Amino acid sequence: MADAANQIPDRIPINLIVNGNRRTLDLVPWTTLLDALRDHLVLTGTKKGCDHGQCGACTVLVDGRRINSCLTLAVMKDGAEITTVEGIAKDGAMHPLQQAFIDHDAFQCGYCTPGQICSAAGLLAEGHAKDSDEIRELMSGNLCRCGAYPNIVAAIQQAMGQP
Amino acid sequence: MINFQYSRASDVADAILLLTAHPGAKLIAGGTNLIDLMKENVEEPSRLIDISRLPLRNIEETLDGGLRIGALVPNSDLAYDPLIEQRYPLLASAILAGASAQLRNMASVGGNLMQRTRCAYFYDTATPCNKRTPGSGCSAIDGLNRNHAILGTSTSCIATNPSDMSVALAALGALVHIAGPSGERTMALIDFHRLPDDTPHVDTNLEVGEIITAIELPPRGFARNYSYLKIRDRLSYAFALVSVAAALELDGNAIREARVALGGVAHKPWRSLEAETALRGQAATTEHFSRTADLLLQGAKAQAHNGFKIELARRAIVRTLMQAANATPQSQAHKKIA
Amino acid sequence: MNAYVGTPTSRVDGRAKVTGAAKYAGEFAADGLLHGFVVVATIPRGRIARLDASEALKVKGVLDVLTHAHRPPLADKDEAWKDEVAPEEGSPFRPLYDDSIKFNGQPIALVVAEDWETAKFAATLVHVEYREEQAFATDLEAGRSKAIEVKQPLKPRGDAAKALAGAAVRHEADYVLPTEHHNPMELYASTVVWDGNGRLTVYDKTQGVQNVQKFLCSVFDKKVNDIRVLSPYVGGAFGSGLRPQYQVVLATLAALALKRSVRVVLTRQQMYGLGHRPATIERVGLGAKPEGTLNAVVHEATAVTSRYEDFARNDTGWAEQLYKSANSRYSHKLVRLDVSTPCDMRAPGAASGVCALECAMDELAVALKLDPIELRLKCYSDRDQSEDLPYTSKQLRECYARGAEAFGWSSRNPTPRAMRDGKELVGWGMATGVWEALQMPVAVRIVLTANGHAEVSCAASDIGTGTYTIVAQVAADTLGLPIENISVKLADSTLPQAPVEGGSWMAASSAHAVLGAAEDIRQDLARLARAMPSSPLAGVGAADVILVDGTIAKNGDKTRAISIADAMRHGKLERIEKQKLNHFAEDKSHARNTHSAVFAEVKVDEQLGVIRVTRIVSAVAAGRILNTKTGRSQIMGGVVWGIGMALHEETMIDHRFGRIMNANIAEYHIPVNADIRDIDVIFVEERDDHINRLGVKGLGEIGIVGVPAAIANAVYHATGKRIRRFPITLDKLLA
Repeated sequence: MADAANQIPDRIPINLIVNGNRRTLDLVPWTTLLDALRDHLVLTGTKKGCDHGQCGACTVLVDGRRINSCLTLAVMKDGAEITTVEGIAKDGAMHPLQQAFIDHDAFQCGYCTPGQICSAAGLLAEGHAKDSDEIRELMSGNLCRCGAYPNIVAAIQQAMGQP
Repeated sequence: MINFQYSRASDVADAILLLTAHPGAKLIAGGTNLIDLMKENVEEPSRLIDISRLPLRNIEETLDGGLRIGALVPNSDLAYDPLIEQRYPLLASAILAGASAQLRNMASVGGNLMQRTRCAYFYDTATPCNKRTPGSGCSAIDGLNRNHAILGTSTSCIATNPSDMSVALAALGALVHIAGPSGERTMALIDFHRLPDDTPHVDTNLEVGEIITAIELPPRGFARNYSYLKIRDRLSYAFALVSVAAALELDGNAIREARVALGGVAHKPWRSLEAETALRGQAATTEHFSRTADLLLQGAKAQAHNGFKIELARRAIVRTLMQAANATPQSQAHKKIA
Repeated sequence: MNAYVGTPTSRVDGRAKVTGAAKYAGEFAADGLLHGFVVVATIPRGRIARLDASEALKVKGVLDVLTHAHRPPLADKDEAWKDEVAPEEGSPFRPLYDDSIKFNGQPIALVVAEDWETAKFAATLVHVEYREEQAFATDLEAGRSKAIEVKQPLKPRGDAAKALAGAAVRHEADYVLPTEHHNPMELYASTVVWDGNGRLTVYDKTQGVQNVQKFLCSVFDKKVNDIRVLSPYVGGAFGSGLRPQYQVVLATLAALALKRSVRVVLTRQQMYGLGHRPATIERVGLGAKPEGTLNAVVHEATAVTSRYEDFARNDTGWAEQLYKSANSRYSHKLVRLDVSTPCDMRAPGAASGVCALECAMDELAVALKLDPIELRLKCYSDRDQSEDLPYTSKQLRECYARGAEAFGWSSRNPTPRAMRDGKELVGWGMATGVWEALQMPVAVRIVLTANGHAEVSCAASDIGTGTYTIVAQVAADTLGLPIENISVKLADSTLPQAPVEGGSWMAASSAHAVLGAAEDIRQDLARLARAMPSSPLAGVGAADVILVDGTIAKNGDKTRAISIADAMRHGKLERIEKQKLNHFAEDKSHARNTHSAVFAEVKVDEQLGVIRVTRIVSAVAAGRILNTKTGRSQIMGGVVWGIGMALHEETMIDHRFGRIMNANIAEYHIPVNADIRDIDVIFVEERDDHINRLGVKGLGEIGIVGVPAAIANAVYHATGKRIRRFPITLDKLLA
């Protein structure tokens, strides 16, 4: 018989609107939004690069705002609208950021890319980045070990309609 | 991560009730620091009380012309709030110097005040740490302490407080509104965080069962002459080696009112009333600002690897005050230091 | 013929990567998948005295806790654990093999549960007691006197010690480089799918699926067909995935123990228990004649290795490629410490050794009052001195010239601290980069179907380097098809042979395998075409036939053409399949290298010491560039690595605990977007008729080499301070 120290906490039912679809989950509270997406909903486009809010690979949009899904408990987002890289495109066509990332070769290994794209989508929605310095600063929460930063900035500028 | 129970507080009173009823419970709002520490098994709460849905998200003007900021306002909302941008740009700048856009979207104002040190030994359960395990010893004192405190340290702990926002709040003379089992109270932010002394495991003067409900900014916003300068090992997304929040009110070139707070150098945002008083009535010159630095850094003590912080802080104080005096505040995006 | 090769072609795997469709090793699903969480040691040396998993096993959902005392069999002999890139000397690490602890962070147990969170939770309930029997050591500098010399291929020339002692101008110094970790963005992961009857499909994060496949067969005593390894997408590796990593052993072990599919994903912190760029002390001595020619080069590297394997790379020999000197001596020493075995990390040896050499050259230029480029041109070597061979090609002079021009080097004021921008001191520095141009045996299979579609397959990996794309480009050009008609399958151990992807050899190696197989297809098509009645290609020799625009045509006369579809239909062929091993002519009469000239501008706040790298120009000569878009990205990435190496990266070890204290990516700093400004990549035209048919040399490593030195030299030029201990953090400038 397990004592309290090795007891699994009770599961909690929650709903998430993921990429426009209502998903019902029964989760132990320790499940992060990232693990809920990757392991429970098999949406592996969102990446785990550090699990500690240090790299930004797990960036998704929650109610339109970019956040680190690894530091978010899924149960706390009951009822929220989540947009991941799988849902960022509308009507089958690629999102302008996705096309811009291809055009500017804004990735190599591709692992940070979904987080970069979701982060950039958040950045565009926020509207605070007016020049390349501001893009660089406001994209600094997304590490890219392949070193594609200049191409990422160029891709975002393309999506912003900047030359 | 250990096992924990989860409950959602329905209002502030409920949160207090839950906190009191469950020893070992912790409040969670943005979670950016607490979840991180739970994954490291540094924080092991028996229960998380979710306060993220409580109605503490307003930014309201107070009767005396200040602002009252709900404890759950996300850091980014605060930084980009027009009232903050116009009246308290020092606070906006300091917030934008911290963390990343994503983390600022998540982190709450109250949670920012509650964030714990980034000392590597605190984070590593395989090493002794008095803050994590009282009485186990401080590994940093004879260890890797390049990032550690130079002011207000004790023989038990030399950790720093990592917040940028708190440094600006300290300079602005903010108040912390607290609710608890025995009612509401208010505390000056500068008194909110503690020095380590021989109880480094206690970061703040919050009592058991208490919850931060709001931060209040006094009317004085120093919107003309301010600057927040953060020095770190890379140009963004890193904790401060030293940061300085400077705020001045000038009559011509004469200083009417001065505030200076330091980050990255102590267990709490560091201010010296003596240093600020000494500036009043003086001209905004390098010479006077050097004197301010001397007074602020009085008693600074170097460890084996962080001696550079004393000189760095000295220079950063002078520079930031000069930026404030010249009304050329440091941009957080344009990395050339003004 | 060259619709794609040499052009800026977008990645063929781009869409998969930007939509989240690309699946990495830890993302493959399997029925009843179990999850393993690793428990690691918290001491650097000793034995496991007691390991109590009883509390963990009580957790609902936990199936087993594997340990050295409780696991399926593992091979006993060292040979069984030696993968294709293991060091020759030593005994490879074997996870969960016995009770000995060889390094802090070593795996000592695997908790297997129905889900990841449960496994992670249960891992906190595994109680371990250690016996620390012997003193441990993790400090290179403290252990320097105990260094042992390892064999190096380069023989001394002349009497370097004497020449150095008698040199008119002499510079000698130690350059100290810290331990670094690769930190690819993807966490190390393996998903082992239990196919029944002991057969396994393994999705692994690796740079070499066949290396892992052979390794697993050998460690678990399996037959070739029992294990298949795939790695279609790899989220960065940079050398860390050359050797099979321990999570693949643990996941396989658990799958065999439980006869279920198992996934093991390491945490970021645990990845600091994998390989690393070894900390190194590089001692460089340069002796020059008064006019600025070198007469003595002495380079001695002292590097960390583990106690159980001797890992050594060529840090020291690069001056043989770059600078004429009648006397030279190189040596490499190792200090065995209680750390995991180092491994290759982007430009292993060169990144560190050339950093020291090029800083030393800068110091010598200062001593000689010569412009740094002028010194390098005075010493310029047209031959590899150790072998006394000419190069297949070497456009390094052109790199200096083009790079200097693009950078504006001629307006440099040589006096340190003389250039300013307001409160910032401006520094301009330069350095040379060099790497080898290697090529390895690679085989490729092409299946051409009558509908004009070709599938190209090979076991090689694409770790972000662009292999998918260049393979498609070469196939499309050689087969005369649009690139959309080429599909590429890589990184499956059942596909034609390929070595690990590393050393910058995969572009040339895979491209020539594709070329060979595609040419075989062309020959068949030519035969088919000629056999058709009243063929327009009648009488045209095989060598004069090309494939273009979906047709088989006479070279130079597109009017004499037959569509591939028609020819195959006529020959009653639905598909043509060819597999070819690349072939490179044996050539011992040339040295093969890539070269670069790197120019850096830094701006340093005079009071605060804050350093900004505002501009880098990297002029690279690396033969023909197959894809100027992905190639430019690769160099740019190398430059970013060089900036990190110069200013940020350092694995911090508390030697009292023998423990890494910044095992994360918040405190182990790699550059963020804000750290990176203008990077100008120039590909200097370099025709190479000797190296291989396409004249390709490879780009993966050359981008980093020289960058740290160029920045260090720029910091000196800005501040007058010579920092020889990397990374150059602001505290060192304030000191």
